[in-house]
Amino acid sequence: MATIQESFKNMMDWVDDRLPVTHTYEKHMSKYYAPKNFNFWYIFGVLATVVLVNQLLTGIWLTMSYVPTGEGAFASVEYIMRDVDYGWILRYMHSTGASAFFVVVYLHMFRGLMYGSYKKPRELIWVLGMLIYLALMAEGFFGYLLPWGNMSYWGAQVIVSLAGAIPVVGEELAVWVRGDFNMSGVTLNRFFALHVVLVPLVLLVLVFLHILALHEVGSNNPDGVEIKDKVDDNGKPLDGVPFHPYYTIGHDLPGIVLFLIIFCAVMFFYPDGGGYLIEHPNYEPADPLKTPDLIAPVWYYTPFYSMLRAATFPLFGLTAKFWGLVVMAGAIAILFVVPWLDRSPVRSMRYKGLPSKIMLALFVISFFILGYLGTVHPTPGRTILAQVCTAVYFAYFLLMPWYTSVEKTKPVPERVTG
Amino acid sequence: MSDDVSKGRRNFLIGATSVVGGAGVVGLAVPFVGSWNPSAKALAAGAPIKIDIGKLTPGTMLGPIPAWRDKPIFVVYRTEAMMAQLGERLERLADPDSEEEQQPDYAANETRSIRPEIGVYVGICTHLACSPKFRPELEPQQFDPNWQGGFYCPCHGSKFDLAGRVYSGVPAPTNMEVPPYSYETDSVIVIGEDGGVA
Repeated sequence: MATIQESFKNMMDWVDDRLPVTHTYEKHMSKYYAPKNFNFWYIFGVLATVVLVNQLLTGIWLTMSYVPTGEGAFASVEYIMRDVDYGWILRYMHSTGASAFFVVVYLHMFRGLMYGSYKKPRELIWVLGMLIYLALMAEGFFGYLLPWGNMSYWGAQVIVSLAGAIPVVGEELAVWVRGDFNMSGVTLNRFFALHVVLVPLVLLVLVFLHILALHEVGSNNPDGVEIKDKVDDNGKPLDGVPFHPYYTIGHDLPGIVLFLIIFCAVMFFYPDGGGYLIEHPNYEPADPLKTPDLIAPVWYYTPFYSMLRAATFPLFGLTAKFWGLVVMAGAIAILFVVPWLDRSPVRSMRYKGLPSKIMLALFVISFFILGYLGTVHPTPGRTILAQVCTAVYFAYFLLMPWYTSVEKTKPVPERVTG
Repeated sequence: MSDDVSKGRRNFLIGATSVVGGAGVVGLAVPFVGSWNPSAKALAAGAPIKIDIGKLTPGTMLGPIPAWRDKPIFVVYRTEAMMAQLGERLERLADPDSEEEQQPDYAANETRSIRPEIGVYVGICTHLACSPKFRPELEPQQFDPNWQGGFYCPCHGSKFDLAGRVYSGVPAPTNMEVPPYSYETDSVIVIGEDGGVA
């Protein structure tokens, strides 16, 4: 008589001969060696996955009650909030999840900048991550129109009409995107399709590739030391521990629990985040004739919105509005080439020189200031501040080849510390 | 594989297949891209409208005319005296030179119009979209002791002159919008069609 373990092994052998289940599990979980010196900053990738799952599930459930038409959208959201059993919690999980997504992704990106996680051989992980960020911005933008509140309407109106700033083809492009001469139910309907089908598909493929690329080269760590350089007789990195169970149970699970506590606190007690997560004008239905006093995007776009508004003068015969578009697009595009801007011989901020640390700090400060400025009315003083911060933002990147190559770095240890 | 493969022939075939395949992809993209154009229904709803101004007399206004793309239209016929006032006391205006893009280029002049005496504006207050009242009197009013004629919004007191230019210190941030328009004949205005000027 075969024992239960033997039957299970026989069954797995049968499957493994046809589908590489055990091989895949070992490659990505039990024999994927992650550096043993991960810290708090290494939780956000996992958290992003948790939020992604949350968004997919709650999103699918919301589509079951949501009506993507100009006439029905706003009322259907009210219906979800008031009449559908547990509709309110599904919607708040989704809306809080949207902001949470950007919180963890921004922190995840900052971790990459701080520890040089984009440096050779991890350039493609970074580029794929940036594509994810771009897709996420698109996803958030299309999704924000769907409640068809007045801020949904005017926010999308402002951004789509940006296309109109492109010389020659701009106006026609804006009409093509809207499918109408003004924002209308036609626009809402197509944004719905993009938000629930196209962009999520793209996101899933990109996330898959991001993780595939990561597991090919292995994770970086706070010291920026390559753990694959020091291996034991079996070829196992001396400073590596199996991802499962060491990080899944010992690091990620407590992190997820802590995250969920914060997430639930926001979701249950501050679902509109004081007007930052769900803006107050969005409690009124979209009205093409009534512009909100202040059109401000949701907080996760405000740094870029500030840069858009910081361009206030025409140049080379092109309008200020067009240059704003160029600055905003450039601010995102320049992130893609960071791996080739950093000339430092070391990865981690721990061993880089003072200039790198100062520039990173200035970059973060200016990003926060820009984020704040994007939520308030522009005044002449604030516009100048936004222009200064925009300059600092770009200086961080454009001067990077210089300050990372001339600064004095500290010696990097042979093995990871701590 | 043997070594006597004709590389040139192979490259030609790869190239030819790629070109044909590429053409196919472009062709396939046509319906996907094209379906995003405004539908026939949207085009009909946004079509230009014609206004006969033959019976409009100096000093009066036609409107609000409903509606071009959901926007009510005002057509004013300014008298000589009214037009003389447009150049006076420009310091009361927030944007006397129409620098904000609230009009087509051909209407970015002092009267914000194609013909100086006929003004065409979107009759919506740029503050909160109330409908401003036409107050053509060139004499002191209750709401303004120095009134020079124009539009007064009863909702929150925004004031515009007879060219739709906004006063400074009122809630409305910008001048009234000028829609794209052209003259089909001397007495027929087409709203929503530039007539190839812009």
